[in-house]
Amino acid sequence: MTPRVEAQDLVRIFGGRRAVDGVRCVVQAGECLALFGPNGAGKTTTLRLLAGLLTPTSGEARIAGLRLPAPTARQHLGLISHRTMLYEALTGRENVAFSARLYGLSDPDAAAERALRALRIADRADVPVRQLSRGMQQRVAIARAIVHGPDVLLADEPYTGLDEQGATALTALLRERRDAGAALVLVTHHLHEGLALATHAAIMRGGRFVRYEPAAGLDPAAYASTYRALVA
Amino acid sequence: MSPRGLLASAGLIARKDLAIEFRTRSAFLSALVLSLLAIVIFYFAWDPTAVGAGDLAPGVLWVTFTFSGLLGLHRSFGVEAQEGAMDALLIAPVPRQAIFLGKALANLVFVLGVQAVALPAMVLFYGVGVGAAWPALIGVMVLAAIGLVAIGTLFAGLTANTRLAELLLPVLALPFFVPIVMPAAQATAKLLAGRPLAETFAWLRILLAFDLVFVYACMLVFPATLDD
Repeated sequence: MTPRVEAQDLVRIFGGRRAVDGVRCVVQAGECLALFGPNGAGKTTTLRLLAGLLTPTSGEARIAGLRLPAPTARQHLGLISHRTMLYEALTGRENVAFSARLYGLSDPDAAAERALRALRIADRADVPVRQLSRGMQQRVAIARAIVHGPDVLLADEPYTGLDEQGATALTALLRERRDAGAALVLVTHHLHEGLALATHAAIMRGGRFVRYEPAAGLDPAAYASTYRALVA
Repeated sequence: MSPRGLLASAGLIARKDLAIEFRTRSAFLSALVLSLLAIVIFYFAWDPTAVGAGDLAPGVLWVTFTFSGLLGLHRSFGVEAQEGAMDALLIAPVPRQAIFLGKALANLVFVLGVQAVALPAMVLFYGVGVGAAWPALIGVMVLAAIGLVAIGTLFAGLTANTRLAELLLPVLALPFFVPIVMPAAQATAKLLAGRPLAETFAWLRILLAFDLVFVYACMLVFPATLDD
């Protein structure tokens, strides 16, 4: 089966510094790879390489077997970031519908409504994004990312700004997407949240995977000790 | 993607940009105020006994349009940089050229909107007789706006993520504006002087040629400006 996400010896150098140094990973449909690591470990750069937002210095990233940044590969992607990627002057509904139109959905307004409902933000979707709280903006941002039903979801610290209800809704949504066959790559500092969703877990340091393993059977407390020892 | 799909994506992006500008009106009002102020300042600095209105007006007009246009061009990528929205555009399955075209279309509407107010204001202030030359004058405005917007959109995209974007954009774009502004100012001067339309054709051909070259070249180069 063609992997949904595939990284082959990804290297990205910024001004002589190897931000990502030979990352290899495969994420199949229905799997979730959780990437852990301290600040500057290369997690976000890896995710941006997998999204086609950065060009690798060497190696390559493929989405559904298609080499990035081909538009056909990008059709599969949804990206959630700690930045909302929203237009503050537009309403939440307009932001999500705009994204739906960019992806060529036949009924963008209905798709936007479904996504906003899934994030429990439909009742606040008609006010400009700038008037929403940070947590509500993040819910709209997640709705925007999933509106086209991507089969690969890349999430960089997606819990930023979410309250408990929002975080629970996001976890449920990510789990539902994964169980429906989407591939997830989740970058987070929160081991417990990451491990709750992950089928595979990796710890990054200095641009490399220093540990990469199936998450089944991992004990969060023991894993946290290992993590602390590895990144110390 | 087919040309039709490319244009459809560009239309979506242009519509979104115009909706944002319509809500905020910040750049349009700034550009309009700058244009009117420039026209007024030049008017009070002008000695009508030394220089005729028809000689001064074309220069005033194109200096005004060039600098007020820069305000809108800077804004066009500013809205993408604010919350990282450019990333969402870049991962969407639309060609980079569609992003350029969409931004350029919105910028064109912006520049033409400013011109639509500033041009009558200039005619009124300086008392230049346009007469039957209005359609030709509007044609010059539109042709010049296309070239200015193509170059400006390219450099606005290039400088958007730099810390000195507001400074870099005019420094980089202004030298490339010269081949557009020069024939536009010359054609405007001929029209305001009441010369026959045929005398402007040579300048209009130059303007059209530069438009075609700049639009095509900028569309080709633009995707490279988005590379990290």
